[in-house]
Amino acid sequence: MRFAGLLLALLAAADNPGERVVHMVARRFTYLPDVIELQLGIPVIIELTSADRDHGFSVPDLGIRIDVEPGKTARVRVVPDKLGAFDFHCDVFCGSGHEEMAGRIVVSAPAAIGGNSGH
Amino acid sequence: MGSRTRREFLQISGIGGVVFASGLLQACSRLGGRPDPGPAVADDFYFVQLSDTHWGYKGPANPEATVELPRAVELVNALPQAPDFVVFTGDLTHTTDDDQERRRRMAQVREHLARLRVPTLRLMAGEHDASLDRGAAFQEFFGPLRYSFDHKGVHFVVLDNVSDPKGILGDAQIDWLSRDLKPLPKSAPIVVFTHRPLFDLKPDWDWTTADGTRAIDVLHAYPHVTVFYGHIHQEHHHQTDHIAHHAARSLMFPLPAPGSQPKRAPLPWDPAHPGRGLGLRDVDTDPRQPAYQLREIPLATES
Repeated sequence: MRFAGLLLALLAAADNPGERVVHMVARRFTYLPDVIELQLGIPVIIELTSADRDHGFSVPDLGIRIDVEPGKTARVRVVPDKLGAFDFHCDVFCGSGHEEMAGRIVVSAPAAIGGNSGH
Repeated sequence: MGSRTRREFLQISGIGGVVFASGLLQACSRLGGRPDPGPAVADDFYFVQLSDTHWGYKGPANPEATVELPRAVELVNALPQAPDFVVFTGDLTHTTDDDQERRRRMAQVREHLARLRVPTLRLMAGEHDASLDRGAAFQEFFGPLRYSFDHKGVHFVVLDNVSDPKGILGDAQIDWLSRDLKPLPKSAPIVVFTHRPLFDLKPDWDWTTADGTRAIDVLHAYPHVTVFYGHIHQEHHHQTDHIAHHAARSLMFPLPAPGSQPKRAPLPWDPAHPGRGLGLRDVDTDPRQPAYQLREIPLATES
């Protein structure tokens, strides 16, 4: 089902020296940044914090889902194994506007990637 | 209902716009106006499904937001025969951070629903009603979040997949569902009401229940199960094996078909056709088959 063709290796709270870390902040009703550019086959740690209350970070097409809670840092390690754009959203109801709290992961071929919105 | 089925009554009364949908093969014989195979039975009954009023919503998707709920009440009261009950599959109110305002909205909804001339109301929560306070206000105004009841040979189950803000049923409720169904014969007709879809309709729009497949697994052992839900603000029909899942229209604003646009933003309000895409549904039930015939009732005249 939703895990078909999935990004590999989800890893909570792992230290992987040398790997790129993408910092994200969740707050009602946005993620900053809301577009994450990744490169095919290059491992990345996505690190999320909450600026206000409980949120979720769910990328169903990639089989990723973690809780984002105030005072904690949530981490997930991903190794993109397919090209494309993959929507993410908050799946912990957080108020009026929750339905708009979303963004996108874009996986490009290494040579094609341009600027980096995630550092 | 006497010797005449309600379906025949509606045909005689000229109540049009019948939309049929059922996952049950027995019901297929009723397509196209063909006569019912069996005799009229006194146990035929029907209920009305209302959903997603979002009372308190203020926004461009519906500038006439206070019109729709009273209109729905009028439509139900104008039906040629009163339904046995009305079920409201969640999101009675639009969410708010203000606990007092949440209760004010619920009190107003309760006042409107009190005008329904029906014997019984069956209410359940949506995430807008219950997720921010885990259902505290909803329970004060409308009662329990999950329950079951029997009506004329059909076992009805109301599941709560909203009071946990993660949109799950949870272990305790899955266990409760198993225990609730256990005394029933396998042949029992079962109807489940939920707010969110139990299956993965479109997970990246949050149109799913994270552990919904566990409930479906429990229900799967029973051959006559039908699920009615809300949340997605549109008519939608889906099968998971022999289990039919029917989503109802909203009473506030329609949402796009799954995946039909990049975001799940409400469809824009059309001032030339106010209320387009909104509506309610009645469900004709024959427990002896068992079979269900759905009739979609638009809130406004749709040309």
